[in-house]
Amino acid sequence: MAGKVATKPRSVLIVGVGGQGVIMMSKVLALVCQRHGLQVKQSEVHGMAKRGGGVFSHIRYGETVSSPTIPKGEADVLLAMEWSEGLRWLDFLRRDGGAFIADTKRIVPPFAFRSRKYGSQPIYSPEAPREVMEMVGSGFALDATKIAAELGEPRAANTVLLGVLSTTLEFSADDWREVIAQNVPAKAQEANRLAFEAGRDWADASRASTMEDRLRELPGRDELAAEIAPKSVQFEITGEWCKGCDICVKMCPERCLRLNDEQIAELANPEACTGCRICEWLCPDFAIRVHRVPVLEPVA
Amino acid sequence: MDAKVQTKTSKGHDDAEREGLDQAGIRPMIGNEAIARGAWEAGVRVAAAYPGTPSTEIMEFLGTYPAGDSHVQWSTNEKVSLDVAIGGSFAGVRSITAMKHVGLNVASDALMSQAYIGVNGGLVLVVCDDPGIHSSQNEQDTRMFARFAQVPVLEPADAQEALDYTRRAFDISEEFDTPVILRSTTRLSHTRSPVKTRPRTDVEPRGFNEDTVKNVIIPAHARMAHPRVLAREVKLQEFFASPEFTRWEEGSTEIGIITASTAYSYVKEVLPEASVLKLAASYPMAIDRVREFYEAMDRVLVIEELEPVIETAMNAAGMPVEGKAFFPRDGEFSPEVVREGLRKAGIIEGAEEQVPFPVTPTARPPVLCSGCPHITSYMAVRSVNARVAGDIGCYTLAAVDPLRAIDTCVSMGSSIGNAVGFAKAGLETRPIIATIGDSTFLHGGIPALIDAVYNNANITVMILDNHIVAMTGGQDHPGTGKTLRGEETHRVVFEDMVRACGVKWVRKVDSYDMASLYQALREAIEHKGVSVVISDRPCVLDPVKLKGSPMQVAAAGCTACQSCMNLGCPSLGWSEEVLDGYHKVRIDETTCIGCSLCAQICPSDCIRPVVN
Ligand SMILES: Cc1ncc(C[n+]2csc(CCOP(=O)(O)OP(=O)(O)O)c2C)c(N)n1
Ligand code: SF4
Ligand code: SF4
Repeated sequence: MAGKVATKPRSVLIVGVGGQGVIMMSKVLALVCQRHGLQVKQSEVHGMAKRGGGVFSHIRYGETVSSPTIPKGEADVLLAMEWSEGLRWLDFLRRDGGAFIADTKRIVPPFAFRSRKYGSQPIYSPEAPREVMEMVGSGFALDATKIAAELGEPRAANTVLLGVLSTTLEFSADDWREVIAQNVPAKAQEANRLAFEAGRDWADASRASTMEDRLRELPGRDELAAEIAPKSVQFEITGEWCKGCDICVKMCPERCLRLNDEQIAELANPEACTGCRICEWLCPDFAIRVHRVPVLEPVA
Repeated sequence: MDAKVQTKTSKGHDDAEREGLDQAGIRPMIGNEAIARGAWEAGVRVAAAYPGTPSTEIMEFLGTYPAGDSHVQWSTNEKVSLDVAIGGSFAGVRSITAMKHVGLNVASDALMSQAYIGVNGGLVLVVCDDPGIHSSQNEQDTRMFARFAQVPVLEPADAQEALDYTRRAFDISEEFDTPVILRSTTRLSHTRSPVKTRPRTDVEPRGFNEDTVKNVIIPAHARMAHPRVLAREVKLQEFFASPEFTRWEEGSTEIGIITASTAYSYVKEVLPEASVLKLAASYPMAIDRVREFYEAMDRVLVIEELEPVIETAMNAAGMPVEGKAFFPRDGEFSPEVVREGLRKAGIIEGAEEQVPFPVTPTARPPVLCSGCPHITSYMAVRSVNARVAGDIGCYTLAAVDPLRAIDTCVSMGSSIGNAVGFAKAGLETRPIIATIGDSTFLHGGIPALIDAVYNNANITVMILDNHIVAMTGGQDHPGTGKTLRGEETHRVVFEDMVRACGVKWVRKVDSYDMASLYQALREAIEHKGVSVVISDRPCVLDPVKLKGSPMQVAAAGCTACQSCMNLGCPSLGWSEEVLDGYHKVRIDETTCIGCSLCAQICPSDCIRPVVN
């Protein structure tokens, strides 16, 4: 055993998205702790993980551990397997030197694309690795998939992260090596061994360089697709051509149309209309036109 | 495929771990596994449950122990599962049932009677509460139910206690002639920690107790039983005073904390120096011991998650005490919540307010899977502009963006009854549809369907038959033709069952055949009276994760109309390319299962299989 184990419990929070292997990662850490006869509590909430939601796992170890969850602001390490999930849990990190280990991988959820308004951009955390690492001050942001891919096995990205994690905790590298070897299938042994060492080497190299150098290498706030000037929507219906078939009313994704008393389609909820034009395309009688009109900025 | 189904039931143990399972030792377990272990060690012979987060794994783990030790089964609902366990107890063997908190509402009728009848073989109900509502309809506190039913409730604080208390629950049940509730919480059920295990004790079956006065609960017998129940309460109060169940941890006498369950671990984290009285049972509470503690302390606080059960009992017993004035009645406890309560109570200094990091996290709500068959069912439902009474399952996710196709959701099986009410209220001009999953239909939908037919309600019921209980992680049910241990059994044929309920208009359609599904739904709505559409297609995740060759968008043809985005398939996202202010669509080939739903929707016909 390298170093000595503190009596106050140590806390590692591992976060990511369903299917990324958060639980597997925490099991490896728990097994490493158990080799030292430590009390370990590993707490996770199952349930929505399979449906694409966020997953998190609290691991606390020490001579004795009371609370299974990590108090806010007391995580010694926050390991994020997905960028925005890391940001979500940032406040759990200890302010005095807690390490933020973050994969810069972005998994953009379907919810990000829900707005159909003209010019909409995906709704994803805008903060870029460079500014966040500068703010947090200690830790590592890396593209683990890229490092693993360079070794020929992109799926070993998790093990790269374990390599980085291993340099921040008190257990010896051999503890990790043995536990990882016991927990990966025979045919993936070599790839994972290399990935673990690559993660360690990356972390060591990173430590050797200055913070400024490290920050320079990270991506800055992404240049988002150029802003698209807003436009307003005008819905035009040729009443004489509408035969009240109701197709547009039923198919409008925003449910903003209805048939009026004369059985002619009308826009009942103009605020909700995104100008998607589905009604225009679906109307069998070409009775609908959707116009997108540039919004003129008021002259000051 | 069969092999797949079977490995499912032995979740949590690979072969290496499986060996030596019956030996004593220390191994890491989640709370639910420890409960299963405790039941097995106690010699349980009959076990039945209906799945529900966070209780589901208990039966799954019990199912990994040898079939010769215990019969382990899925039941159609919680009431049936409790009745099965009661039957086992009548027969003279130790029996157990497990459910989530709201499951006890369903099972409560049997519980209220059995509380009077008592037991023959030990009878334990594991009920898992969900403080914080991680995946439930509410956060009711089972300890209130225990008090109501007058049956004892044990509240473990960690996995080790979960095992130990489960074992002891059977002894208590037999000694005091009562069903016993073991109450877990999401946090306990899903926290893994090392647990000391022991071998199984095989308990000699008792044989049926030929005592009609005890076993048949008619008014005359119930009147005799009730005083026994009240006397039992007093005996249990004395019994629970022992240090095994009421632990007095000496500390400063300036402040004494009375606590139970997982709240105990937060108290130890935040206020390790205080005197603590840890109760294993909030009901019947060891009142004399509590009074001793109360009198020995300068100030006493009760820290309990959810309802003020201990606090109310203490106040009623003439021990005015503080608790819920500082600690919330809603939400899950955590060290922060306990710390904040103690600060409000003036016991600890407030920690320095930490300025949150100025970041904008990404909203990541749960979604239906790529290619989930529920997607098309709700696309069809949307197309008929109906009033939709929903139900509980994965498909409840169709209530939110982008499908937004469900108007109500109450409790399991409610949809059909709700639809009947909508119809009978006579105000709705739109067609009225009830949508209900296969397992939910079997759980609580059948009596409602018979009701609808009986009262000739003009409604359409859509049964979403995905051949599994998906929401809770893929369990078998009577419609899958497989038992919990993976054995072949009779398979419910939904059309036959629906017809037997008296429904005249029934049609089964492949959920992936959008045109036929739309057509069937239109015709069903035209039918006056009850009509049933069975939308049939296996879940893509369980029991086997399906993955076909993916589809791709021919970007040149994509008009960025976003029609396919209405499906809410998580494999569909925006590409960088923008056409006239709207993003074109791109398919994530690693997650797309090739179901073709988006291709069926695409008005520009530009979604095609990937050709290599
Ligand atoms: C009384 C009760 N018992 C159990 C549950 C937990 N639960 C939620 S959804 C669900 C099953 C739904 O299965 P099904 O109807 O087949 O729909 P699916 O998830 O497969 O789409 C269960 C058991 C509950 N919410 N309420
Ligand atoms: S688990 Fe099955 S039923 Fe649930 S969302 Fe996924 S595919 Fe649909
Ligand atoms: S074919 Fe389309 S709808 Fe089906 S999984 Fe792939 S992207 Fe989703």
